[in-house]
Amino acid sequence: MSIVFYVIAGLSVAGALAAVLLKNTVHCALALTLAFAGLALLFLELDAQFAGFAQILVYIGAVAILVVFAILLTRGSETPHETVYSRNPLVGLVTAAAIFAVLGWAVLHSSQALPGPAGTPTAEPQVTVMDIGNALMGRYVLPLEIVALLLTAALIGAVIVAMHEKEAAR
Amino acid sequence: MNPLTGYLLVAALLFAIGLAGALTRRNAILVLVGIELMLNAANLNLIAFWRYGPHPELLTGMMFAIFSIAVAAAEAAVGLGLVIQIHRHAHTTDLDAMSRMKG
Repeated sequence: MSIVFYVIAGLSVAGALAAVLLKNTVHCALALTLAFAGLALLFLELDAQFAGFAQILVYIGAVAILVVFAILLTRGSETPHETVYSRNPLVGLVTAAAIFAVLGWAVLHSSQALPGPAGTPTAEPQVTVMDIGNALMGRYVLPLEIVALLLTAALIGAVIVAMHEKEAAR
Repeated sequence: MNPLTGYLLVAALLFAIGLAGALTRRNAILVLVGIELMLNAANLNLIAFWRYGPHPELLTGMMFAIFSIAVAAAEAAVGLGLVIQIHRHAHTTDLDAMSRMKG
């Protein structure tokens, strides 16, 4: 494990923790952007250039902006006076800790069976964007079309859901 | 340590943080933020298994992650649209205050 991995992993985990724990919702959105950027760097570290840049474009460029817009439109930027956590946060915390314990136990106990044993550096996969394009247009063309349909439906659905209802009420 | 193990542990940690956020926050937007973090942790798992798996040239895990990013973007758009509409209707994004589904 290189030092770069530890730095990037620490950055994304710190961003995720801040996004969940901070009181001011705008600060949470900014910390979320940091976590997304850390994850994009992790993708690049894993030689997945296309997925890393798609992550930057889609998450930092679109989802984070959407979250900021939603926060400002709902006037959530004012820090609430009472607690920001739900009525019994302990249940959620215990559930999340239990799930992390189970996942961590499973990962650590199966590390012998996982591919890529320590010490033997696996060769960097030679994948170009052209290969990805060929795969998208060949083997994965049906999922691509379904995703296109889903995105269109989500776009129309989001506009209809967020539209004013005044015309319908008349 | 096995490099794949490190990535899987980071993904598990991010998933647990996102789940804790989704389960404990009051603000509906921050619950969506927690869900996005969980989706991202799953994507990290997919990419890590693609990188260290036996056949990276088949691009299976990479394609799965790319489609997952697209679906997550659609989910975020619809979810935030719903939150804005609920805020317009009930003047709150506090999930504890939204106890009725009837308008």
